[in-house]
Amino acid sequence: MFDWQPVLLSFKISAIALVFVVVIGTLIAYLVVRGPFRFPGKDLIETLVTLPLVLPPVVTGFTLLLLFGRQGPLGRLLNNVFHTQIVFTPCAAVVAALVVSLPLMYQSAKAAFQTVDRHLEDVARTLKASETKVFLTITLPLAWPGLLSGIILSFSRALGEFGATAMVAGNIPGKTQTIPVAIFFASESNDLRTAGFYVLIISAVTFIMVFGVNYWSRRKMQRLNGRG
Amino acid sequence: MLTVAIRKNLPEYILDIEFAVTNKVLVLFGPSGCGKTTILRSIAGLTRPDSGKIALGQRVLYDSNAAVFMPPKSREIGYVFQEYALFPHMNIAKNILYSVNNQSEPQQQNYSKLLQLLKIEKLTERLPGELSGGERQRVALARALMAEPQILLLDEPLSALDIQTRSELQDELLKLQQAWEIPFILVTHDPEEAHKLGDEIIHMDKGRICAAGN
Repeated sequence: MFDWQPVLLSFKISAIALVFVVVIGTLIAYLVVRGPFRFPGKDLIETLVTLPLVLPPVVTGFTLLLLFGRQGPLGRLLNNVFHTQIVFTPCAAVVAALVVSLPLMYQSAKAAFQTVDRHLEDVARTLKASETKVFLTITLPLAWPGLLSGIILSFSRALGEFGATAMVAGNIPGKTQTIPVAIFFASESNDLRTAGFYVLIISAVTFIMVFGVNYWSRRKMQRLNGRG
Repeated sequence: MLTVAIRKNLPEYILDIEFAVTNKVLVLFGPSGCGKTTILRSIAGLTRPDSGKIALGQRVLYDSNAAVFMPPKSREIGYVFQEYALFPHMNIAKNILYSVNNQSEPQQQNYSKLLQLLKIEKLTERLPGELSGGERQRVALARALMAEPQILLLDEPLSALDIQTRSELQDELLKLQQAWEIPFILVTHDPEEAHKLGDEIIHMDKGRICAAGN
């Protein structure tokens, strides 16, 4: 009998991380693309958000360990304020998943907002729409295909996160042992059946999600563009 | 009556212009990039001039001395773009009714009248992507007028259309202006169109008025 715990845990951790990723990624992207003001450090924030995409996950994990460790600035803050530690807990796995998947959400959202024709937002303003109405009825629905593909990509990325997770959350069955961590330790101990099972599950799930969103957004685009 | 007196530094020249328009069609005529669109965007509140004043009757829309800048949604100024700018994800009925929250009886009548005048009754369930250029511009006109603007701005509204459709729509624009009795400000670089539509024509070059007349 296979152990389903890593599968459930991976989905739980990725789902929680996704909520933060979607909110933070969309917000930063919107401010960068459409912000009414030039906020200071825009380039710096953009670089910091994108960096985990190209850095080896082990480096991201090491950095998180430095930040959230007992002596790290954020670790000490958490300890003083909430009397808690997150390293080697599911929380750390959520943070690791969040940091590595945020760039994908951010990049997709940024591209999505850039494709929205500003004239459409302007004409809505002249039709008595408030900024909130413009965002909810024009910007968001038109950027939605891009945002959705960002959501799917970052969820898939969170599901597959290994390097940073192993560094900050470790391999505690039922607590921090996610699918990729389980695969690594199963194949290390030559349990190829278990490793293969998890490989199959994560490959199938991510394949279906990415295929689904690509198919859907192509159909949606065709419908909107009509005869051009 | 709309009065405009604005100044704005643009990359290649300074836009410095003053004019007034009452209940008729005013044409802003001049080569591309002479500041016509900037004027329309300033009147609509989509661009902020550097200084000056814009007033519609007693209402001050913009006044740099008094630090007044009314947001576009409160200005009651309609804007029709060259590329139609229809909302591609909404059908034609939803596009036209975008500015209307709860349809009242007069608004319902207004809607039917617009559909009929612009001959777009049969298109209401379609998406903008399924329409021809001429049909799209009719819908854009209906949508702008549905918001009951005090004045209508038209930025090269017909220049993307073929000659025959353009001529048809020119006639319809004149009819609409007479029916709605609000000032139209139309931007064009086509001299024929300027003469056919304009009660008054302002010739512009590099941000300044070089001639004005009837």
